[in-house]
Amino acid sequence: MEPMVDSQLPNWALRSLISANDLDATSARRILDTAETFFEVSRRPIRKVPALRGKTLLNVFFEASTRTRTSFELAGKRLSMDVVNLSGSSSSTTKGETLLDTIKTLEAMQPDLVVIRHAASGAAHYVAKRCRAGVINAGDGTHEHPTQALLDAFTIRRHKRDLAGLKVAICGDILHSRVARSNALLLGKLGARVHFAGPRTLMPLAADQLGAVVHDRIEPALEGADVVMMLRIQRERLSGVFLPTLREYSRTFGLNEKRLALAKRDAIVLHPGPMNRGVEISPEVADGPQSVILDQVEAGVAVRMAVLWLLAGGDSPAVG
Amino acid sequence: MSDVLLDPPAIALCLRRIATEIIERGNVRALVDGTARQPPILVAVRRGGEALAKRIGALAVEAGSPALPFGVVDITLYRDDAATALANARIGPSHIPISVDGRRVVLVDDVLHTGRTIRAAVDAVLDYGRPSVIELAVLVDRGGRELPIQADYVGRTVDVPRGSRVEVMVKRTGPRQEDEEPWALIIPPAGEPNREAAPPAEEPR
Repeated sequence: MEPMVDSQLPNWALRSLISANDLDATSARRILDTAETFFEVSRRPIRKVPALRGKTLLNVFFEASTRTRTSFELAGKRLSMDVVNLSGSSSSTTKGETLLDTIKTLEAMQPDLVVIRHAASGAAHYVAKRCRAGVINAGDGTHEHPTQALLDAFTIRRHKRDLAGLKVAICGDILHSRVARSNALLLGKLGARVHFAGPRTLMPLAADQLGAVVHDRIEPALEGADVVMMLRIQRERLSGVFLPTLREYSRTFGLNEKRLALAKRDAIVLHPGPMNRGVEISPEVADGPQSVILDQVEAGVAVRMAVLWLLAGGDSPAVG
Repeated sequence: MSDVLLDPPAIALCLRRIATEIIERGNVRALVDGTARQPPILVAVRRGGEALAKRIGALAVEAGSPALPFGVVDITLYRDDAATALANARIGPSHIPISVDGRRVVLVDDVLHTGRTIRAAVDAVLDYGRPSVIELAVLVDRGGRELPIQADYVGRTVDVPRGSRVEVMVKRTGPRQEDEEPWALIIPPAGEPNREAAPPAEEPR
């Protein structure tokens, strides 16, 4: 019975989400709080609300993706948006069209939001600068994947209540991982202590500038960790240059039950997927009681609904 | 600047009457339809209806009813101006503890005005299932409808000119939940639209 004024938040100004650095702690928490509401929507008998009826979402994926694209598609549909998917293999870029021309063509269809995944780092930024619609980066090369970091933060928060002070170990191919980059930035802002572990050949030169503590063995990162995030070894990007063999990698950096025992007893295990079972993570751990990998997938839809909702309603004034 | 429409004792009387009417109508329904008596699900419209619905639930139990399941819906996502105007509203979680299929649902809100909020709340409830009937209880019906919607249970009907606001506010008189006193106020357009227009400090009138 309090007056409505009390329930108004400051205006949401952000129109595009390219990097975790577009968010500060307040706006990141607002996305996560909003996602709690949408999490509940996804568990109702009718998993759809009319909130963004009549708005159009374009999913433009120049790189293969199943879970991220499906997640954005479901998020848009559960908000009653019209969702159109375009994948790289069927798009005109294979016929020689430039990225800019493709985007200009799509823009002429009057979308409200464009979700883009592209193999080139900076592609989403490039598009956002030249496009009237709001742009959401769903992975650009080895740069960033901010909604993945948000859904990881959401999953962690649901299990650990608060991120402040948590030790988060991110292990594997940090060099090629946009997930690691976005997570280090976002989780750092939310007060977590991020540790990177991986072979030196797969560690970016300035990893510490992302605010992470860097280890070249996995054990010190795991010790006392509250959260363990394993990254996929991207076979297609490695081919013997960065690693002698996958078996050696698995022996020295793979997460098995024995290694996981170094972390806190109630530590949770995350993986952005898709997993290479038996390479970076053993099946016992992946399917074990500490694994929250499927929770991440469920969280992904809720977090993306929150991002779509906030970006699509964006610069409008608050109601009196 | 604000006028008192209902003071705490008057609100208590209104809610007691509404609770009794809700039970009675349930009894009549059970008799007419020959169905088993089952308490209705009280669903509050966030946030104005929450405290009122809890009071109504408690009063119904005092009057001899079995406990009423209590839910709450946030209508932000169902508003007809949702996409253009409401990204800055704090969306609270909705929650209905049991299935509404085949059940009687009583929506509870503080003030009935244009009817748009209730239209949205009905849509929200229907996303949880198919109730046998949805009824509406409000503390104040101030007129000014823009949709064909009416309340089944009304505390007080009053014609308030457009531009004036009717607000139900809680004044805390002590640390406990029971120390909250609800006041219904009419705030004229000239009045500052902020919480300074709070319940009067001394005894009214």
